[in-house]
Amino acid sequence: MAGMKRYVIIKLIAAIPVVLGATVIVFSIMHLTPGDPVRLILGDRFSPERVEELREQLGLDKPLPVQYFRWLAGAVRGDLGISTAARASVSTLIFERIPYTLLLTVTAMAISILLGIPIGVISAVKQYTIVDHISMAAALFWLSMPGFWLGLMFMLLFGLWLGWLPLSGYNGAKSLILPALTLGLPQIGMLARLMRSEMLEVLREDYVMTARAKGLKEFLVMYKHALRNAVISVIVYLFLGIPWLISGAVVVETIFAWPGMGRLLYRAILTKDFPIVQGVIFIIAILTVLCNLLGDIVTGFLDPRIRHE
Amino acid sequence: MVLVEKEKKFEFRKSSQLRMELRRLKRHKPAMIGLGITLMILVIMLFAPVIAPYPYEEQDLAHMLEKPSLEYPFGTDAVGRCVFSRVVYGSRIAFLVGFVVVSIEAGIGITLGLFAGYFGGKLDTIISSLTDTVWAFPPLVLALGIVTAIGPGLFNVVAAIAVVSWAPFTRITRAKVQSVREREYVEAGRAIGESDASLIWRYILPNIVASNLVLATLTFPSALLTASAMSFLGFGAQPPSPDWGAILNEGREYLRSAPWISTFPGMAILFTVLGFNFLGDGLRDAFDPRMKL
Repeated sequence: MAGMKRYVIIKLIAAIPVVLGATVIVFSIMHLTPGDPVRLILGDRFSPERVEELREQLGLDKPLPVQYFRWLAGAVRGDLGISTAARASVSTLIFERIPYTLLLTVTAMAISILLGIPIGVISAVKQYTIVDHISMAAALFWLSMPGFWLGLMFMLLFGLWLGWLPLSGYNGAKSLILPALTLGLPQIGMLARLMRSEMLEVLREDYVMTARAKGLKEFLVMYKHALRNAVISVIVYLFLGIPWLISGAVVVETIFAWPGMGRLLYRAILTKDFPIVQGVIFIIAILTVLCNLLGDIVTGFLDPRIRHE
Repeated sequence: MVLVEKEKKFEFRKSSQLRMELRRLKRHKPAMIGLGITLMILVIMLFAPVIAPYPYEEQDLAHMLEKPSLEYPFGTDAVGRCVFSRVVYGSRIAFLVGFVVVSIEAGIGITLGLFAGYFGGKLDTIISSLTDTVWAFPPLVLALGIVTAIGPGLFNVVAAIAVVSWAPFTRITRAKVQSVREREYVEAGRAIGESDASLIWRYILPNIVASNLVLATLTFPSALLTASAMSFLGFGAQPPSPDWGAILNEGREYLRSAPWISTFPGMAILFTVLGFNFLGDGLRDAFDPRMKL
């Protein structure tokens, strides 16, 4: 396990510049605005003196690098500033909504795993049969699905026409179904395809042949040898996919008025609430780096060949 | 004797790389379906004024929120515009967006990949870590940030998506360049005194075309999906633009009374994306089956 520890430490150190890079990008985007941020916050209602006062108060009169380090120092301590529209702490607003986004993304992920992985495995085992062709066509279909349209169609069918499920908002488990399906189903495509190609690759390996040669039952070959190894890169993909799921959640939460972080971001863009936008993107950036890191660590843990490279 | 020689020559020609690949592509049924769909949409796009029964912005207040009929195949929207005509014209925006985004991405990505792969060393380290950072980041989120800063609009969205999604092109190009950099013919070129620029241009670039073409075909649909999502949220193309995402967004309000407004543009997006994905898959299987994204 000593090798593992070293591997994790190396990966952690390598992640630091990436985090810094991401924060610089996030910060510069928000500060490359052609307009004056103070004017944007206040509008034209205030006198020039008041504007200057606020500028000083917010530290916006300092050079950009100074502003960046101030913001970064705050962010590290969990202080992401004050929302200009809601007059509340950005971190509080975000953390109130994170559980909802997590609930949505985790459910969506579970749906995609439960459907995507079996489809991929069956496709690989039955390669070039009609089952394989149909599964792969279906996978490509879901891969091509615009999530926002799927959401509207679900709303129309199950909400408006059949009246089975609530249209929007958060009201217990029933209201989770449509948003989670909208977010999860398109993921099936990617997952099934990946699972299939990994499985096919593993099935060509020598150890699978050995297992078959020693007379192991086909089911055991598949389950104990092939599936276990094929699933490694799928797990990594799942980790890498989390930021994309959260980005997809922005759209889904907006459609279904789901009280998560994505909807918060959407509302903040509409009201030009810069600190919130910056805060949410910052959280997603950190999550992205973290998920990459976890993906690397999990691979190293499951596949000893990698951590010795 | 002569006959044998002839046969040999024939064999040789038949198995030339490009021919083999094209044959593989022709046999790939999904790819041919994909090609069919893409060509069809291309025709719709080119002949939009002929196909669309009405100008896309023409309002007919006597026919508001009307069901699909012979007169209005996809129905009408809240101000009596023909949804069918709007969807037909929307194909132009979809293609333009996809084309521009992919071109910028490929331009940035391939250039960086060439430099990283060819020169290696510190430059490679810097470019590669930049690529890793950008790679993992969902373009929609960054596009949302950029739009907040510089304001909504299709142009801003296109620029935002392009600026953050070039990483796959860099990775593929870099890997390809690394694999051919030390080949004998490149060495030979170097030995006869070719400059770096000429080596890259004449010896290396031809090797990376196929993979990047495959990648471009597969990037097009994802660019279209992201751009449509931005328009759907109201940050991309603005009314009265017949952008598919924007029409969908306008139709949201009338989901109960006039569901056709949102239904048809979504189908158009799905259909287009599906066509490109089928085609891209086929191109990959034919030209670069080992490619992993």
